[in-house]
Amino acid sequence: MSDLNQKAVALYGGNFLKEVEERVEDGEWVSMCMQCGVCAGSCPLGPHWEHSPQKIFRMIMAGKREEVLTSDSVWMCTSCYTCIVRCPRKLPITHIMHGLAHYAHRLDVAPKGQPTRELAKIFWNSLIRTGRVNELKFSLGVYFKDGFSQGIKNLLGMQGVALGLMKAKRLNPMEILGGHKCKDIGGIQKMLAKAQEIEARRQI
Amino acid sequence: MAKKNYAFYPGCSSQKGASASNFVPSIEVMCDKLDIQLNEIPDWNCCSASIGYGEGSQLSRLVLNARNLALVEQNMPGQDLVSGCPACWLATRETAEKLHEVESLMADTNEALKEAGLSFKGTVKARHLVEVLIEDVGFEAMKEPVVKPLEGLKIAGYVGCQTNRPFGIAGESFENPQYLDKMVETVGAEPATGYEQKVTCCGGALAFSEPEKSQKQIKDIVESAYDHGADMIVTPCQLCQANVEIYQSEINKKKGTKLSMPVVYYSQLMTVAYGGTAKQAGLDGNVLRPQKLLDIASK
Repeated sequence: MSDLNQKAVALYGGNFLKEVEERVEDGEWVSMCMQCGVCAGSCPLGPHWEHSPQKIFRMIMAGKREEVLTSDSVWMCTSCYTCIVRCPRKLPITHIMHGLAHYAHRLDVAPKGQPTRELAKIFWNSLIRTGRVNELKFSLGVYFKDGFSQGIKNLLGMQGVALGLMKAKRLNPMEILGGHKCKDIGGIQKMLAKAQEIEARRQI
Repeated sequence: MAKKNYAFYPGCSSQKGASASNFVPSIEVMCDKLDIQLNEIPDWNCCSASIGYGEGSQLSRLVLNARNLALVEQNMPGQDLVSGCPACWLATRETAEKLHEVESLMADTNEALKEAGLSFKGTVKARHLVEVLIEDVGFEAMKEPVVKPLEGLKIAGYVGCQTNRPFGIAGESFENPQYLDKMVETVGAEPATGYEQKVTCCGGALAFSEPEKSQKQIKDIVESAYDHGADMIVTPCQLCQANVEIYQSEINKKKGTKLSMPVVYYSQLMTVAYGGTAKQAGLDGNVLRPQKLLDIASK
């Protein structure tokens, strides 16, 4: 168990709802859920979740810490915001799902190798390096995340799509040499380091 | 008429050689015809999109967006921040609202921004380019420059998610917004009314990480356009455009379908209707050729 996770368990004992309210983005909304199920019925990836948002909220209230934080379901959000606009109590469900996923990732209890977890990591690392996302390096990062030979297989599988985009000048192989970037990348990186320092100070 | 000035936030996918680079030329022609002056924000950065949350903390994401807002506040006073990208717009607007609502987050954000030599007071409004067209220009004025009405074209208006939710366009419903169909009518084409996949999710960023699940969404979106007799799909979203267009060949490979439905941006329709060439409309950047639109452009 990661240090951060052990600390969180020790700090909140069995009170997972309180932990979510205090440490997860928009977590203070969870107890507002009235279990109507509109979110569960609205989610485009609904058939693929083990736990719908409705269930996740109930599980949080029931103190099912491990089941929630290790769930694959919180990584199934496409950010379509359908649940948000339909929720009769206006819970920011999309943000709570993102918040839970982020929290589970930070405590390192999220499922290992979960594809969207990996994608999110590669995306973020691409953007903080230059201030802007490098689509070529980002795509290659995604295809090669499971090693070189799997990466080549993935690339060959997607070569039709990639060639179509290159022909249309919407994927530039030269981006591998650096590509677009912000001038003040130094300032951006200092700013992001400060944000992390502030959050560590507040223990969130 | 004096041009209206806006601080333009193109976003990563609209850069040269990126997946939505062909969106840009049509935006330029459209805005020129409608007396909209887009001034690019100097040294803008990525908004962290709707997938940055996995690794990026809340404050990190807020400060990234606040940096763009601060650059506008400092360098382009009085101008609204405008993006053509729903993800950029959404992330920026969410940030502006969150910082307005939570004083402590505004203080933390400014403490971090100081490291990049910036500060943000909260005076900048984040808007979508479609909002500018509808609210500041209006449908009547959008019709005026039309010299080549897109007659004989039937178009499925695919609004998608983030242009529509959670903010959407004022006065429109989340379930069945009308503005995209109205824009299609404005340029003289026929909207495929009753297109039931209008606000369905294409899978977004999960098209990368969950391809099977996303391609099921995309298949529905495209097949419904066929069912309604559409010649092409039109969308206001870069990610919708890319996902719905480029994965049709993958779906064909896996499912034995013969999908080949062109997917264009509203600004490409407008550019052609306003008399622009295929190149000016960025139609050379479409992977699936919108033949009927190309025919009108070359007339």
